[in-house]
Amino acid sequence: MSLHRADTLGGRAAIAGIGATEFSKDSGRSELKLAVEAVHAALDDAGLRPQDVDGLVTFTMDTSPEITVAQAAGIGELSFFSRVHYGGGAACATVQQAALAVATGIAEVVVCYRAFNERSQHRFGVGLTSRQASSEGAAMGWTMPYGLVTPASWVALHAQRYLHSYGLSPDVLAPVAVADRFHAATNPAAYFYRRPITLADHAASRWIVEPLRLLDCCQETDGGQALVVTTSERARDLRHTPALITAAAQGAGRNQEAMTSFYRDGLTGLPEMGVVARQLWRTSGLTPADIDTAVLYDHFTPFVLMQLEEFGFCGPGEGAAFAAGGRLQLDWSGGDGLPVNTHGGQLGEAYLHGMNGIAEAVRQLRGSAVNQVPAAQHVLVTAGTGVPTSGLVLSRGR
Amino acid sequence: MSDALADRPEPDAFTRPYWEAAAQGRLLLRRCGACGRAHHYPREFCPYCWSEDVEWEQASGDAVLYTWSVVHVNDLPPFRDRLPYVAAVVDLAEGPRMMTAVVGCDPATLNVGMALHVSLPTGDAADATDPAPIAAPVFTASRR
Ligand SMILES: [Zn+2]
Repeated sequence: MSLHRADTLGGRAAIAGIGATEFSKDSGRSELKLAVEAVHAALDDAGLRPQDVDGLVTFTMDTSPEITVAQAAGIGELSFFSRVHYGGGAACATVQQAALAVATGIAEVVVCYRAFNERSQHRFGVGLTSRQASSEGAAMGWTMPYGLVTPASWVALHAQRYLHSYGLSPDVLAPVAVADRFHAATNPAAYFYRRPITLADHAASRWIVEPLRLLDCCQETDGGQALVVTTSERARDLRHTPALITAAAQGAGRNQEAMTSFYRDGLTGLPEMGVVARQLWRTSGLTPADIDTAVLYDHFTPFVLMQLEEFGFCGPGEGAAFAAGGRLQLDWSGGDGLPVNTHGGQLGEAYLHGMNGIAEAVRQLRGSAVNQVPAAQHVLVTAGTGVPTSGLVLSRGR
Repeated sequence: MSDALADRPEPDAFTRPYWEAAAQGRLLLRRCGACGRAHHYPREFCPYCWSEDVEWEQASGDAVLYTWSVVHVNDLPPFRDRLPYVAAVVDLAEGPRMMTAVVGCDPATLNVGMALHVSLPTGDAADATDPAPIAAPVFTASRR
């Protein structure tokens, strides 16, 4: 993928298998065990065996290295192993890495995985207590003394400026949370299965960091998710309808930082996601009107509105109006809506650093989602927002 | 890495002049000798033209509020003892944007664009009654 011209990766690789552990608040087992279970589940789903795997990709933040997972999962020799940085921003990029490897013949079957005990062990939301000995850690030294140590506090500063710039109130964030929970309510795998919320519930929930309420913030989850990537040709001979990787992109903006990009001109958008969007549209040849459903990274609701704008589903400042009235929900019948996060998202289903959202996109294209969008052909998926990030357009294969 | 509380600056060889000045009541920024632009947070090179001809300069301390958030939840010491507190981004009069906190103001009175002035540990006494003053430069509503 390039900033300037369409790439030649599109359509050459596919997601052929998905697998996850249960999503819980206390898994009762190690992060390595969760990773291995997810990898095995994804291979079973694809109809492949551990010995078929020759590549592994994960996040730099994952505590289970590629070779450790390979040993524990019964995977033999590896010709490709890779990791992507920037927390949840890595999600779709792991699939891009895998697609690059299989499209060029560097590997044949690559498994992407992410597993953690993010609730019962290391909770990101609690905040940073020390700085890393790195240039990133040095930069954090300018924000930590002020108590800007949690993801919610970093996002809230952007959200406040966004709301101010467009004359909006924090209530405009509610439809995002309500849509996620609406979809989670009918998803048995979701933590918030059978527990929908209303706009009034959102308005009544307590402040975490103004303008973010409790119901604007994603869950904390224990679990693992894995995805099997192979060539489109090989995927056609496997068990399920392939989810073709029509376009895959990473993006970083100018003056980008990880969650603390407060020094660039405006704080009303997500320039790094704009970089991703430009590439995905150009390489896929698709437009927002071609997208049947989207999985938009939702660790915090304001960034879902900004993503709708960055991808051109609506204009700058129009995300709130686009999302209002239930237009993000599967039951919307007005014609100008977009079903978003049909699994319940990270607010409703689970916070798996975006990897569970990629699995949902695959289910939509197979026609096997619990909240199925009829005849879904093209799905947009995004990775972590506020950090250098990534995205995918996946399409139903034949 | 250190066991210091998270709100204590950890000066290194490059940032020590900044923190020493702050302890003496002066807010510093960095100005580029090549392109003339000021920046914050301090870097060893100019983030606009990448020149290494960058020097410390005392800031006026005047700023306007760009955005803020009222933090209601933070379980970490020492921040949990200050809840709720106001984290902020301000635009300094010299141009650069700065991460900081706003103290001594009712959060309900804050608005984008309001005039602020720096308050330093031993400088302006605006937060002298604060039992746990932040060891880094913060801002208060400007009295001018
Ligand atoms: Zn310069």
